[in-house]
Amino acid sequence: MTSEHASPQLISAYLRSPQALATDKVWALEGHLEGCPTCRDHLSALARVQDPAVMSLLDDVWAGLEPQLTATASAPRRRSAGLFSWAAPTTVPWLLAIIVVSFLATLLDVLQSLTGDISLLLLLAPLLPVLAVTAAWSPALDPASEITAATPRAGMPLVLRRTVATLAVVVPTLLIGGWATGAMVAQWLLPCLATTAATLALGTVWGVTRAALALSGLWAGVILVPALAMSHMPLALRPSALPVWAALAALATMALIVRRNTGALLHPQR
Amino acid sequence: MKTFVGASELAPKTYAWEIDAKGLSVRAGRRRAVDGIDLRLGTGVHGLLGPNGAGKTTLIRALATVLRPAGGSLHMLGHAVGDAGDQRAVRRAIGYLPQEFGYYRRFTVREFVEYMAWLKEVPKKEIPGAVQRAVERVGLADRADDRMKSLSGGMVRRVGIAQALVNDPRILLLDEPTVGLDPAQRLRFRELLKSLADETCVVVSTHLVEDVAAACTDVILFADGRLVFQGTPRELEAIGGPEDIGGSPLDRGYSALLASTDREAGTW
Repeated sequence: MTSEHASPQLISAYLRSPQALATDKVWALEGHLEGCPTCRDHLSALARVQDPAVMSLLDDVWAGLEPQLTATASAPRRRSAGLFSWAAPTTVPWLLAIIVVSFLATLLDVLQSLTGDISLLLLLAPLLPVLAVTAAWSPALDPASEITAATPRAGMPLVLRRTVATLAVVVPTLLIGGWATGAMVAQWLLPCLATTAATLALGTVWGVTRAALALSGLWAGVILVPALAMSHMPLALRPSALPVWAALAALATMALIVRRNTGALLHPQR
Repeated sequence: MKTFVGASELAPKTYAWEIDAKGLSVRAGRRRAVDGIDLRLGTGVHGLLGPNGAGKTTLIRALATVLRPAGGSLHMLGHAVGDAGDQRAVRRAIGYLPQEFGYYRRFTVREFVEYMAWLKEVPKKEIPGAVQRAVERVGLADRADDRMKSLSGGMVRRVGIAQALVNDPRILLLDEPTVGLDPAQRLRFRELLKSLADETCVVVSTHLVEDVAAACTDVILFADGRLVFQGTPRELEAIGGPEDIGGSPLDRGYSALLASTDREAGTW
């Protein structure tokens, strides 16, 4: 017998008659066989030669068991846990809504029949991620927010994960829209990032819902409504304003980093 | 399968009480719903009794680290709980079932409890086993792959209990867990509580005095945000006299203590 495996003689003797072997040897061998597939293969190869009756019985049992084993193998379809470790379970309808809204805005822009000089897509783009971020982290929209708030993962990392998941949908959607209407990428991307970061940064003070409402109201009042009323693009969305948006995005991101440990964002106060 | 006892399980605990509050105040909106209470709770099942609006839910939400204390100090498992600092260590050891248990209707029971286990930072390898154990403990193993929206109210409540248990918490906070359970389920729930009492600090808020009599090692009576009584169910029984209202000794003790506190506007 080698130091690692049982010798063929021992296995063969065991097969002929376990009673003839010393009890401690049988015990040690069986213990080894349980954990060693190589020796089990030796055993079954020898058994085919020495004891065909046992092997045919074993084959019968396997034939009977196999259908049942394959049946239990097909477990019910599972929602992938990986997806929801990024996107909040409540955001899916909101993300679909965002896709629809940006598609319609793009369509109107391309047709240019109703909008004239202005680009609806550019006017709406900064609002879209704000909506989705709110949906991902608003106690009013997330039924499980109360238990989520008491878990260790509730905190800035989870908020950022959910924001990234939102942007992963919003950015490609707007990319297609921007390509169709011929807008520059930076023209919608920078305002988008600025409003998203500002929502989260203000959210650490007021809570995300209030921050999102305030920012959306501000956007609608200062930019969206005047632009629609006067039918021309506001200065803020012209290419010359891009450095300002970049600065705002950087400022809001810095504010968010500074306030990353404050809990206000994470405490749904109903 | 081999299971090992982790170092954290063998380490001696460095705190005297699982929950230790000194002068704790918590606001609910503008109101001070918990008003400067001193509370020390160790392992065991602690029944939190009190009339509606006494501040039970606010206290439990503060213990669950959802609400921040407005005053005083709160130590849980030896860690200070408050505005600053890292609450992850405490939160990992908490199980919480809120009064209004919100859930995702399209998730199956298993998916939901798995999601909660992920949020509670249960190690990825242990999640399937922990979820199965939690679901079996509340007797929902045969419904584990059904969607939440197909469950009855009592079953949803039991999923709530399962998600609270999934991380083997050392502090378990249950806000009105027996609402919606039928009498047989309530009995089984009490058995579950008793089985947890040796190792876990369980805080159960309820207004059913018989729940307390059957399953609790300790009673905390709460009125108008203040602690009226803390002791064993026996001690509470001893307080009630024959002239007090109630069908059982415990009921009489309860009403004797509440009658002696000042009544405020809004009580019935």
